[in-house]
Amino acid sequence: MFDSLGDRLQGIVKRLKGKGRLTEADVDEVMSEIRTALLEADVNVGVVRDVVARIREQAIGATVSEALDPSQQIIKIVNAELVAMLGGETLKITYASQPPTVVLMAGLQGSGKTTSAAKLARWFKSQGRQPILIGADLQRPAAVEQLRTLGNQISVPVFSEPGDPVATARRGLEEAKRLGKDVVIVDTAGRLAIDEEMMRQVADISTTVKPNYTFLVVDAMTGQDAVSVADAFHQRLSIDGVILSKLDGDARGGAALSVKTVIGRPIAFAATGEKIDAFEQFHPDRMAGRILGMGDMLTLIEQAEKVFEQDKAEEAAQRMLEGQFTLEDFLEQLQQLKKMGPLSGIMGMLPGMPKEMKNAQIGDDQVKVTEAIIRSMTLEERRDPSIINGSRRSRIAKGSGTEVADINRLVKQFTEMQKMMKKMGGLAKPQGKGGKGKPGKINKRQAMQQLGDMFGGQGGIPGLPGADGSPGLPPFFK
Amino acid sequence: MFESSTINIVLLIGVLVLATGGIVVLRNRRSKAAAAGSAGAAAATESAMGATGSAWAGPDSETLEPAKSDELGAGPSAEPGEAKSDDSVVGDEAEPAEPAEVTVKERAGRTRSLFASAFQSIRGRGSIDAGTWEELEETLLRADIGIGLTTRLLDPLRAAAKAGTIRTPDDAINALREAMTAQLTTTDRGLHLDAGKKPNVWLFVGVNGVGKTTTIGKIGTAQTALGTTVLMAAGDTFRAAAAEQLLVWAERCGAAYVRGAEGGDPASVIFDGIQSASAKGIDLVLGDTAGRLQNKSNLMEELKKVRRVADKAEGTVNEVLLVIDATTGQNGLSQAREFAAATDVTGVVLTKLDGSAKGGIVFAIETDLGIPVKLVGLGEGAHDLVVFDPAEYVSALFE
Repeated sequence: MFDSLGDRLQGIVKRLKGKGRLTEADVDEVMSEIRTALLEADVNVGVVRDVVARIREQAIGATVSEALDPSQQIIKIVNAELVAMLGGETLKITYASQPPTVVLMAGLQGSGKTTSAAKLARWFKSQGRQPILIGADLQRPAAVEQLRTLGNQISVPVFSEPGDPVATARRGLEEAKRLGKDVVIVDTAGRLAIDEEMMRQVADISTTVKPNYTFLVVDAMTGQDAVSVADAFHQRLSIDGVILSKLDGDARGGAALSVKTVIGRPIAFAATGEKIDAFEQFHPDRMAGRILGMGDMLTLIEQAEKVFEQDKAEEAAQRMLEGQFTLEDFLEQLQQLKKMGPLSGIMGMLPGMPKEMKNAQIGDDQVKVTEAIIRSMTLEERRDPSIINGSRRSRIAKGSGTEVADINRLVKQFTEMQKMMKKMGGLAKPQGKGGKGKPGKINKRQAMQQLGDMFGGQGGIPGLPGADGSPGLPPFFK
Repeated sequence: MFESSTINIVLLIGVLVLATGGIVVLRNRRSKAAAAGSAGAAAATESAMGATGSAWAGPDSETLEPAKSDELGAGPSAEPGEAKSDDSVVGDEAEPAEPAEVTVKERAGRTRSLFASAFQSIRGRGSIDAGTWEELEETLLRADIGIGLTTRLLDPLRAAAKAGTIRTPDDAINALREAMTAQLTTTDRGLHLDAGKKPNVWLFVGVNGVGKTTTIGKIGTAQTALGTTVLMAAGDTFRAAAAEQLLVWAERCGAAYVRGAEGGDPASVIFDGIQSASAKGIDLVLGDTAGRLQNKSNLMEELKKVRRVADKAEGTVNEVLLVIDATTGQNGLSQAREFAAATDVTGVVLTKLDGSAKGGIVFAIETDLGIPVKLVGLGEGAHDLVVFDPAEYVSALFE
């Protein structure tokens, strides 16, 4: 929808190339782009004004280093500034010495309190605690039923009784003590920050249950109003941390920055999906990249690290570039990839992928069929598909429950891929040195260097892909 | 080259392998490099963002002109021929017991006006200078109007100031007001109820937590009060207890009610609802759907199916209302675009306008995408949903 900051800076940066130092006029132009990017991300106007002023100070006179081009350098400054603003102290939950630890949830209507309460309960459970949920939202029809259903799903008891929310909270706390639960999460009704009566009610609940933590749930899609809301709740309840909900949408989530800045409390958790376990502790570095529209590389990297055995991944990539990649390797890598989640999801997280590829739906069925075909091949066939003749073909088709045509297509596609990858590998090879000889082995380090450059620009900017606006893709995709 | 049918899946997977391999390598390189350059992360700077007692019209603002426009809903007798003018669509009478005139100004007037205080300062300058434009810009941005539209609104005014047609701050403010009103020119903001094509079907779509179910409850209340027979179809089969929430509303206002199994197919619930309404001769079906984020393609496909199936049932889908929360920022535009693409949205319901948020994103939605705002939600009561009046909305921003 919006261009990433990287894209925005492109044009300006072209002119800046070759300059040793950014002049004030250059910086002005760049700052205006940064301002627009932040505003489009819904960062509060006042916060934007301050951030831009600080970034400006750092950018003027910044020497253009050898390693980074000016745009990368600016983005690095912006990114560092945002991370610093979003981060700072992180919230470490300390449990009450005398259990239970009480958590109070507050926020506007529809911000996601009830769902977040249940997700938080699940999180506490995963930390080895025994939580109980208290449904003190007696306002919205069926809010308590919703909480009960969610509680059932995660096997966490839910306490609620009709009548007065303050009384319910008090009784719930007593019940928690009776049951020996060590974490109590109190869900409250959504309310407008300017609704005096309702704000008094939640303040009453707070005085009654004396929470160790009061979390403000903020919708990632919130616009400029986020600051007044956060401020109003903070004045009334003294917020300890923020839960950022609906972060799995395509909103840039500038509200996170605004709220953090205004109330000075950390963003503790982020809800990253509808499923109840889609809830994690907050990562400021990722959020900075997101606000700038830089894709969520870090998540991908983390997933990849969890799943891939590094040596094997390197080896496979290298073999691919050398044209030595076999169907056997392919199958193995496919298994690894699948552990990272649906392939289309991974594709979406790679920055700089052309739209056509991002939109290409990789169906699980297609993947399954592909796997079945390869598994029906003998080792020899996997290593050298050219030996597959008519009778082998029909055997493979029978074994995998497919048609002969499917086998042909797969083999053809695979050969195409091999060729393309080899071409890329050729680009990585130092020209001239190897002469016209056979496509000799590429130096492993060179190949990896090349790979790193393809997917990470010049390095040094954590969480950001190459800032030249066309990162992430080997030349033939451009 | 990449049509989904002939897509070279092998190549795609190959790219993924290469990419992830590259990433792992890169990360490795970086962590080595990171040891070298450790920039001390500056402590989070707590900028004192003055507590802008934001919102709209001051408490003392005059009551407004359209005295009674606003209880929404149409009698079942409304004639299709008149559908263009508001009166076929909007009933005039409010329920006697209820406060008849809930207005944007009144409700939004609960807090101090953001625009009003900014304008005071602008007027205080006496003449127009760079600061004037800066303040005007910030004011618009704070209302979530967005940087793009803000620039488009202010650039002509700047030019006019240069040319000398705008001389005083008052001129500038008045010109801005006119320009903003001119953005909202749609004349047809009514909800269409065609007595000849029973049952009429109104579908409600939107992201999570914007107030779809509540909006249906309010519309159902208004419609049944007007004598329209209503059926509510609980097409939100995903969120826990969403169907119960709708049932509470249906019972409150005496509407018929259809639900399916939790986790069931929403399209079939809507279909059943329409069929049932058709069999019973019910005038209007209000179809709820689960909230979904517009970037979830599988869920948007599901919604497309709901729309398709609803069209096949024995009724007429004549409204698909996108519910948007007034606190929504620039993402609202993406919501409107995607939901419109999936379901042919006919109008926007702007909810929660009684808070401190201004809902300025609707300007961009209406001008960029041509989707009119039809209703605004001004409170939690069943009668706090009123027909959108652009002039009133803009003047609530300004006064």
